[in-house]
Formats: sequence, structure tokens, C-alpha cells
Amino acid sequence: MELCQLTIHELQDKIRSGDTSPSAVLQSVFNRIDRLEADLNSYISVFRQEAFELAAIQDEQVRRGEIAPLTGIPIALKDILCTKGWKTTCGSRILDNFIPPYDATAVDKLRAAGAIFSGKTNMDEFGMGSSTETSFFGVTRNPWNLSRIPGGSSGGSAAAVAAAQCIASIGTDTGGSIRQPAALNGVVGLKPTYGRVSRYGMIAFASSLDQIGPITRDVEDCAIMMNVLAGHDAKDSTSAPREAPDYLSFLGKDITGWTIGIPKEYFIDGIDQEVLATVDRAVATLEKIGARCVEVSLPHTPYCVSVYYIIAPAEASSNLARYDGVRFGYRSAKTPDLVSLYKNSRSEGFGNEVKRRIMIGTYALSSGYYDAYYKKASQVRRLISDDLTHAFKSCDALLTPTTPTPAFGIGEKTADPIQMYLTDIFTITPNLAGIPAISVPAGYSREGLPIGIQFLTPAFEEGRLLQLAQAYEKAAAVGKMTPPGV
Amino acid sequence: MKITKEEVAHVAHLARLEFREEEVENFTLQLNRILEYIDKLNELDTSGVEPMSHPFALGNAFREDMVTASVTEENPLANAPAPRGQFFSVPRVIE
Repeated sequence: MELCQLTIHELQDKIRSGDTSPSAVLQSVFNRIDRLEADLNSYISVFRQEAFELAAIQDEQVRRGEIAPLTGIPIALKDILCTKGWKTTCGSRILDNFIPPYDATAVDKLRAAGAIFSGKTNMDEFGMGSSTETSFFGVTRNPWNLSRIPGGSSGGSAAAVAAAQCIASIGTDTGGSIRQPAALNGVVGLKPTYGRVSRYGMIAFASSLDQIGPITRDVEDCAIMMNVLAGHDAKDSTSAPREAPDYLSFLGKDITGWTIGIPKEYFIDGIDQEVLATVDRAVATLEKIGARCVEVSLPHTPYCVSVYYIIAPAEASSNLARYDGVRFGYRSAKTPDLVSLYKNSRSEGFGNEVKRRIMIGTYALSSGYYDAYYKKASQVRRLISDDLTHAFKSCDALLTPTTPTPAFGIGEKTADPIQMYLTDIFTITPNLAGIPAISVPAGYSREGLPIGIQFLTPAFEEGRLLQLAQAYEKAAAVGKMTPPGV
Repeated sequence: MKITKEEVAHVAHLARLEFREEEVENFTLQLNRILEYIDKLNELDTSGVEPMSHPFALGNAFREDMVTASVTEENPLANAPAPRGQFFSVPRVIE
């Protein structure tokens, strides 16, 4: 194993003991970036010079015994998080030249914890997509099979972790954008509770759904990252004003006697047989370590995609109104009058999927249609959330597949928006209800593609979620395969 | 058809987007398919269900009115596509 393939906690030990140094770890990561980036396109930009300068400073700090939780750990940031002085594009032409005047709170916190930022990762434009194919900067390829998509929208963040182009990364999740790519790349991805991690400086897609979270190689790393990221922030009015626990304190404990609910509505037609077999194996593993798995019902599950594809575009159509070519971002050369300036800048600056969602959202909110679409969807959202509240009365957590299939082919679903939207079918519910959910690697398909399973717990129970995920991870011992060529 | 080409053109104007003729046709087709899929929601009787606009009921988030570091005048203008002096410039709006 090379340094770039280790976990945060393994590297922490090696750095503390003087076995390695921040510069050596970074060199290993950049060797990997240099070797694989032409094939993968995980990154939109890399911060080579800045990263090596910081690593050299940290080499000295480590010698003096000054070690923070993430000292010497190369972390990649999804290009949706504002980085002061560093280009932040959100995967869009409209922000191709945008250099934020401030850092996102998550970026501030990681920096304060000693993280070294390797760069900004590729993503579906404004987070709108499930395959990273809508990025203005080209598709990211799945390191497990270059003809497959890496998932999305945080496809670059997940591929970079799987391909050892960073040690851990940050993603954002509006309907599955952390968990789905994590599953398809064989890594761990956590979407925290709505309000658990500050979104200040995160470019907004759908404000009642968006959350920032970590993508890591194992569950312990996920807890380490959550200890840095979680907490109240006065700069985000939707940030939860409650103390974050020490997530590491939940790890290593058993789950004997826990009841895990398996929602029967998730086992739909069209779900891949190998995914089904993986869930069955996970159930057996959990029972072997003392959990009781029971069937539960979330009767409104079949409506989640419809609800999501009204609410998310409605909120997006409002959030993306700010891109008008006036104060920042792309401005068209054709500006005979103000309305043309707006229309041409937006039409040339946004890609097709973003336009499609702005159109759906604008239509759903427009005069005469609001009750039929937005209000109706918000009501069904309540029913979906109530289903979960009811299920958690008898269960400590829920288990579902993360995705209906392993990674699909590049170009396979781009022609049909509905087919693409249906790939999010298992990951949308936690966003609608605001609860946390984690995807952990659970096996591989015959073709050698990773398959993930997802756990859900009630709001602000990330500790319970991590405890369960780690107990499963240890018991399942899925085996660390690495992508071919990595 | 749930939405016509004319309506698509109207919504595009509301959203300050412009489409070529063939794009309008394609969007009309796709939006109709999406809206038909979404129609599934009408299977459910939601009368009396309180709409859920946010995951949790959040109160207003007040903070002390203290002066803290903020962006400077140069910062926001640094990203302006067409700054003029201390201002953002746009085409003339008053004849």
C-alpha cells in the first residue's frame, strides 16, 4: 500500500510517530493525480503549489509536536464550496471565472483542523445530475471501469477517494449526491442531518434539501471528518443550534439487540439481482452480530421521485435567479438591452439539465400551477416524512440498497431525463425528511463494480448511524479491493 | 399534452431563458414526460395534510448586531463582468 491509499487514521498514526511526513503523503497523492487524472478527470482544479507550501510548513509543525486532527491529510473539495481566492465553478460555464471573496465555513473548519486541500473536484452542474455528465468541464470516469459513470453529483469527490487522488473529500447531497457516488465508487459517504453542517459558502441548489458531508475510505474516517465539520454556525440561519457530540465515541461498540427495519417498498422491479443479493448478505451479517432485521413499510416511497422533482427544481429556479450576468459570473457578449443581457447570459452560461430544472421549477411555481405542483409535493413530502417517524418508533435504524444498480455506462441515460432521475430512487427520502443517511461498501458485482448499502437513522443520530455502519463494516469484511490500475 | 410550446416559451421568458425553435420543441416534449411522471402524486388524497416546506420547524435565527469583518468594496467588483469605477454596469434601462 502506498501512502495515498491509507485512511486518515492510519496516516495520523504514521505522521504522529514520525514514520512519514505531510510532504511525503502529499507527494504520494500528487503522483497518483499525475498518473490518473488524464483518464479520470476527477478534478476541476488542483492546488499543487499551495498544497506543497502548506505541507512544508506542517512538516516543521509536526517536528515541534503541533498536530491538529487533519494535519497532513490531503482533502479534495467539491467545486460547490467557496474557496477564497480560488476559482469555484460549481461545474458551470456561468461560474467559470468566479473567484469567491470568502471561504465556506466547512472550508474554514477543515483548514483550521490542518487539512491540506489538494483541489476542487468535478461535479454535475450546480449538483443537478446523477452521473457527473452534466459538468461543463467534461465527465469524470469511474476508476473501477473507465466506461462507467462515477455517479453524481459529487462524482469527482467519490472517484478521487477511490482512485487515491486524495485521502478523503467533501461532497454535497440534495437527493443522494454524496451516497450514490460513494456507493458506485466503493467508498463511504455520509449525508448528515439537515442543519448539522453549516452551508455558509456552499453554492445553493435546493435550500430545504442540501447538506454537506464527507466521503471517506472507512467509517472511522467519516467520524473524524464529522468531528471537524459538525456544529452550529451563526452565518447559516438553517444551522442547528445544538452541540455536536464526539462521533468517534460511538465507534467500536456493538449493536446487539438493535432492530433494523428493511422497507419492503424499496424492492422494486428493475432492481439489479446482484444488488438484491448484496442486501441479503448484509441482513445475514447484521443478524450474525446480534441485530434483528424486520420488514417495515414506508408506503409513500413510490412518490419520492415525483416530490423531489418538483421541490428541488422549484427551489433551484429561485436560487439560480441570481446568475444574471450583472455582478459576477458569465456575461454574454450580446447585450443590446437589459432583458437580453439576462437571457443571453443565462442561456449561454447554463447547460441543458440546469435549464430543464429551472423550467420545471418556474412552471411549478407559476401562477395557476402552484397548488397543483409545489403545494401538492410539499404535502406528500409530509407523508413521506411521517412514514419514517412511524418506522423509527419500532426500529433503531433502517437498511436499504443505496442504488438500484452498480455504475451504469457513460451516455447510457443522458437522452432520457426520467431514467436518470430514477437512479436516485433510494436516496431521496432522507433529504426530504432531513434525516442522516450513510452509504457503506457492501460488495462487488461479477464485473467488479462496487455495490453499496445505505443506513438511515432519525434526525441528529449520526452517532448511532456511524456505530451501526462501523459494526457492519467490521463484520462484513467486504475486503479492500482497489480499482484496476490504482 | 400538459404543457404546450407556447407555455414553454412563456415559462422560458419568466425564467429569463431563451431557446431556439428546435430547443423549444425538445423541451416541450421532455417537460411533458416529466410532468406526466409527476402526475403520479394525484393518486394520493392530501386534503388536510399540512405542507412541509422544511425538514424541521426552525425559528428565526437572530444574532447580536455586531460589526465583524466583511467583504471590502474591491472584493465583489473583482468578479464583475463589466465594472465601471465602483459600480456594476448594465445596458441603459431608461430611455
